[in-house]
Amino acid sequence: MWKRLKPNRKNLRIYQVLILVLLLAFWYIGTNPNVPAIYFDDVNKAPFFFGEPLKVASRLWDWFYGGEIYAHLWVTLVETMLAFAIGTVAGLAIGLWLGLAPAWADVFDPFIKGANAMPRVILAPIFMVWFGLGIGSKVALGFTLVFFIVFFNVYQGVREVSPVVLANARMLGANNRQLLRSVYLPSAMSWVFASLHNAVGLAFVGAVVGEYLGSASGVGYLIHQAEGVFDINTVFAGIILLTVFAIVLDWIVGMIEKRLMVWQPRAGETERM
Amino acid sequence: MSALLLDDITCTFISRDDPAARYTAVRNASIAVGEGEFVSVVGPTGCGKSTLLNVAAGLLQPSSGDCKVFGKTLEGINSHAGYLFQTESLMPWRRALDNVIAGLQFRGVPKEEAVPRGEEWLARVGLAGFGGRYPHQLSGGQRKRVALAQCLILDPKIILMDEPFSALDVQTRQLMENELLELWAADRKSVLFITHDLEEAIALSDRVIVLSAGPETHPIGEFAIDLPRPRDVSEVRLTPRFLELHEKIWHAMKEEVLKGYRQQLKA
Repeated sequence: MWKRLKPNRKNLRIYQVLILVLLLAFWYIGTNPNVPAIYFDDVNKAPFFFGEPLKVASRLWDWFYGGEIYAHLWVTLVETMLAFAIGTVAGLAIGLWLGLAPAWADVFDPFIKGANAMPRVILAPIFMVWFGLGIGSKVALGFTLVFFIVFFNVYQGVREVSPVVLANARMLGANNRQLLRSVYLPSAMSWVFASLHNAVGLAFVGAVVGEYLGSASGVGYLIHQAEGVFDINTVFAGIILLTVFAIVLDWIVGMIEKRLMVWQPRAGETERM
Repeated sequence: MSALLLDDITCTFISRDDPAARYTAVRNASIAVGEGEFVSVVGPTGCGKSTLLNVAAGLLQPSSGDCKVFGKTLEGINSHAGYLFQTESLMPWRRALDNVIAGLQFRGVPKEEAVPRGEEWLARVGLAGFGGRYPHQLSGGQRKRVALAQCLILDPKIILMDEPFSALDVQTRQLMENELLELWAADRKSVLFITHDLEEAIALSDRVIVLSAGPETHPIGEFAIDLPRPRDVSEVRLTPRFLELHEKIWHAMKEEVLKGYRQQLKA
């Protein structure tokens, strides 16, 4: 009996759905005004603080059915994608450059460490002043978050290229450009993809925090507005929406990774008969 | 004229953390490999065999001394040489066939011309039909075969081998050694073969060079191997002449091996 219940590949989804249902049920019962309060002295306090799942769902429904959300979602997604794309390309380029030029890496080392150690969300107000309240300031904030993650991973990836593979490629006659294309880049790619999963989330953080601090559109703006009038259900609806889209983006990165990284060995490629 | 001449090579390494600390791996070593000659270099572990090979490949600049390739002093990578490494050297992100033709592509050979040649070489090393596999989907012996094809497809005049079969099991190893001899016999290239395995060295070579224990390694003996060719590496080991040679060379090596072993214990 217990052997059957143990999580395995087959009942994985069942367990995942079960946990989701349990969480939702807990939320629903805990915030239902008709259920006697457990922690609070008033049955209306729990829904005030935590919202109600059904109202959150109806809010989401209204957004999509009424069409109000699309413009905001579009703005947030554009900010996220731009920050993600620009940050990744810049991180890749500069990571490759410094990885291949250790002398320059030594020169820039303290500045990079400093820039990375700085709590970069603090820069948001400055970016507002520099780039205005439009998408520019949000992309800039997301960029600073994404860039360093990708940069450090590429830098590390380039330095950890197998010296034997490198020497072999040189013996086979590869020039510097061919080494970059055939050895350094593919070798760094596994590190890049590991970082991209984090980077997607951080690009969202940049966009939403930016919107939160000052904007006229975007999901972060909606959340901020709702919070101003204690509309917790809308806040939760926004959070769920952002989470779902972050997962979708992460999934897309995962799919691309799977396509590009077929050469990587995976543990346990046998099939049980 | 030798195909490859290591002339009075000295390699001193400087520690990165402490520039005052020096380690001289090789001192005043001279080794010559004639055209079409198969030369093995044996020596105790950690004696700087690979250092010598890297100098011959042009991957390492010696502190002093010259490396001459067909009479010309070597500068940069030795483009006449192919190198078989001790450890994994295939690009894991390329399929076997793409690995084999990598050198051709680096030289600008168009893909439609390179692919048939690559397939031909895969067949020659016994891996026809395996071209689509990634290195991690191949066994250790198969990977070595791919590396061999990758090296030989470029038709190098000199082949440098750094204990290429040391990671293989005994049976696979003898198979590979026989195949190597066969490929070598087809168009005699100059081979500099590094190994710590004396039996392997004798079975394969025309000449065996014995190195002293490190540091400051240098050749201490040279032995011509007059066993008739073609040889079968597993059979030749049983002939009286082989045993005779083995005893002679081992006698010269023994002292150094023990020295190297003691040094390793101390370190």
